Amino acid sequence: MELHDVWFVLIAVLWTGYFFLEGFDFGVGILTKLLARDRPERRVLINTIGPVWDGNEVWLLTAGGATFAAFPEWYATLFSGFYLPLLVILVCLIVRGVAFEYRAKRPEEKWQRNWETAIFWTSLLPAFLWGVAFGNIVRGVKIDQHFEYVGTVWDLLNPYALLGGLVTLTLFTFHGAVFTALKTVGDIRVRARKLARWVGLVAAVVALAFLLWTQADSGDGKSLVALVVAVVALVAALVANQAGREGWAFALSGVTIVAAVAMLFLSLFPNVMPSTLNGDWSLTVTNASSSPYTLKIMTWLAAIATPLVLLYQGWTYWVFRKRIGTQHIAPEAAAGAAH
Amino acid sequence: MDLALAPETLARWQFGITTVYHFLFVPLTISLAALTAGLQTAWVRTEKEKYLRATKFWGKLFLINIAMGVVTGIVQEFQFGMNWSDYSRFVGDIFGAPLAFEALIAFFFESTFIGLWIFGWDKLPKKIHLACIWMVSIGTILSAYFILAANSWMQHPVGYKIDKARGRAELTDFWAVLTQNTALTQAFHTLSAAFLTGGAFMVGISAYHLARKKHIREMKTSLRLGLITVVIAGLLTAISGDTLGKVMFKQQPMKMAAAEALWDGQKPAPFSIFAYGDVEKGHNSVAVEIPGLLSFLADDNFTSYVPGINDVNKAEQQKFGPGDYRPNIPVAFWGFRWMIGFGMASFAIGLAGLWLTRKKFMLPQHLRVGDDEVPHLVLFKNKALSPTLTPWYWRIATWTMAFPLIANSWGWIFTEMGRQPWVVYGVLQTRDAVSPGVSQGEVLTSMAVFTALYAILAVVEVKLLAKYVKAGPPELTEADLNPPTKIGGDTRDADKPMAFSY
Repeated sequence: MELHDVWFVLIAVLWTGYFFLEGFDFGVGILTKLLARDRPERRVLINTIGPVWDGNEVWLLTAGGATFAAFPEWYATLFSGFYLPLLVILVCLIVRGVAFEYRAKRPEEKWQRNWETAIFWTSLLPAFLWGVAFGNIVRGVKIDQHFEYVGTVWDLLNPYALLGGLVTLTLFTFHGAVFTALKTVGDIRVRARKLARWVGLVAAVVALAFLLWTQADSGDGKSLVALVVAVVALVAALVANQAGREGWAFALSGVTIVAAVAMLFLSLFPNVMPSTLNGDWSLTVTNASSSPYTLKIMTWLAAIATPLVLLYQGWTYWVFRKRIGTQHIAPEAAAGAAH
Repeated sequence: MDLALAPETLARWQFGITTVYHFLFVPLTISLAALTAGLQTAWVRTEKEKYLRATKFWGKLFLINIAMGVVTGIVQEFQFGMNWSDYSRFVGDIFGAPLAFEALIAFFFESTFIGLWIFGWDKLPKKIHLACIWMVSIGTILSAYFILAANSWMQHPVGYKIDKARGRAELTDFWAVLTQNTALTQAFHTLSAAFLTGGAFMVGISAYHLARKKHIREMKTSLRLGLITVVIAGLLTAISGDTLGKVMFKQQPMKMAAAEALWDGQKPAPFSIFAYGDVEKGHNSVAVEIPGLLSFLADDNFTSYVPGINDVNKAEQQKFGPGDYRPNIPVAFWGFRWMIGFGMASFAIGLAGLWLTRKKFMLPQHLRVGDDEVPHLVLFKNKALSPTLTPWYWRIATWTMAFPLIANSWGWIFTEMGRQPWVVYGVLQTRDAVSPGVSQGEVLTSMAVFTALYAILAVVEVKLLAKYVKAGPPELTEADLNPPTKIGGDTRDADKPMAFSY
């Protein structure tokens, strides 16, 4: 295994980490409209991810930075090619971050409602668009001999990619629902389980369709294994959710995401972004990668820093391990003044 | 195509707008993290309540500010690929690494520990909670260092070779990229300027409250901390700025010449206070100058030769082929002056403030005040400022809070525009760096979207800051005074509301 193959795996790991972690916090954001019935419930939801969403988002920044460093050609083609969808994602991430931090900083109902609406849409749109983006990466796009994307934004909205968007949207919503069931107490916990049941079923159907499509297009033996793992884990997550085993349900919905991302990257390899115009113009782990020297330095960095990150991020989840309910939310009037 | 609307011009405008905007929050984040951590340390060590109230007050302003810094930073990282794909292709092998380091080391640090700090008041023992804000502070400084090392490589590329076959620059010595003198001096200069910014912010807001005789205990402490920060950081900014000027003179002579509107080389070269020139003809029609000073700034010697814009332009034409290698001279010239002027003005106001508010033991008996009284502003041994002048000092201190922000912005505009037409000095020109596949319409769209969004958020942010500034330090609650002794919080009352929630 050469270093650029190692880095292909590491990029896959970073995206997996991102979708696993931000996946549930996107899901929780979506649930603020789908599940919460009143303001205290919305606040319970937001506070289940309050201490961690920012750290989760850094997985994306690291995936971006690592792609820049390890596969500059891939970074350049992907980010300039998917310009407008990325713009939407960036706007969402900007508004979403500000929304979390500023929502409780004023007591007025209108102020808080507006930020709550913002949290819903800015969670929903990226959850959908990341699926569209990955659908296109796996399927391949119009790339010319200079590795430039020459298609239009409409080419990106093809049925396969849109189905991919539905997969991430429903899967993240499910992941968020089981996370909510795991992290809350009281009525909201019961309803989160109920909601997870049907969101999970929808997610299972679209995910199965999308993954089978992927397998038929570009799969091999390994990707088939990942497909089976993803589907079995999702069904098992549904069963665990039904049985009220919330920890298991969350772990298994996580496995589903890991296996699904793994399957996409397996069917991609050794390409990183195939060209639909001419197979020779595809970006691959070889022609898109950095020099061995840069990859070596990056490998050292990853080997030392990643375990540390996992350690202290994991510790954060342990510090905030207690379930929360409406009784733990300080009264609204005090929110602005006391803190 | 009309040059004013060429994708390259638009992409540069977008980068300029988003970067200057982002950098309004960065220096405040860096300095307020450390200053808040300092105040919290004082509380943990002395258990004086004023320190905890001050920590909560400045911490709140810090959080309002860092939220904007974080979200606008995401755009910065993605923009290289989106708008500058040919740049990314050409330099990714080198430039990407410090960015990845920044993300994997600094961003994770900042974002994880800030969550622990915000929500951890009733979940972490005092000292561990304190450690979290220090971790955030270390994260902000590491982040600054890595990105400045990357930027320094654009100012002065080192540790690389050009791979002709792949048509790109490749890294040969990462250590050189991280430790070259440009990176070290630039980091020193930027970080000290960041502390000047945060210090001035603290001074301004403390002055605002002291002028109204409110929150005196906390604001007196904050004023002193702010003033000391301004004076030390101001001094370091000047020293590091001087060093950086000399580095720049050696590495980018064109930028130094442009900063001075020095058209033709001179020995000794003067420092120009005011100049008005004709770019087409290549000379100044009006100039007010201090003889020899530029020679000193550039080379530590009042008589050294400093090459002019026309000389460097000719030399670069010989080296790199025909073309115009001059940056926008008025922007470089005035940007340089506004940077120094606004920065040093806030240093001077801080120095004056530190003298005027000097400690009790340096004052005669009748001018000393108690802990809960607003200090007299004492000019000379027995002479306090008159009742008409005193409010003016407080007012000026408040208004000049923005000075370092202006200085920072012009500093960056000068640094980046003074390097033009190069994006990587001597290696890659800006016109060859832009994304060929991104259309004019796309860049116009994104530029409009970012500008509008940033403008709205600026209003929201400033209003929120103003609200919390006016509210002053919060009253302490029972929970504040009884921090938990166990990680995860005390279990006595399971249904107790969280100390902080969104």
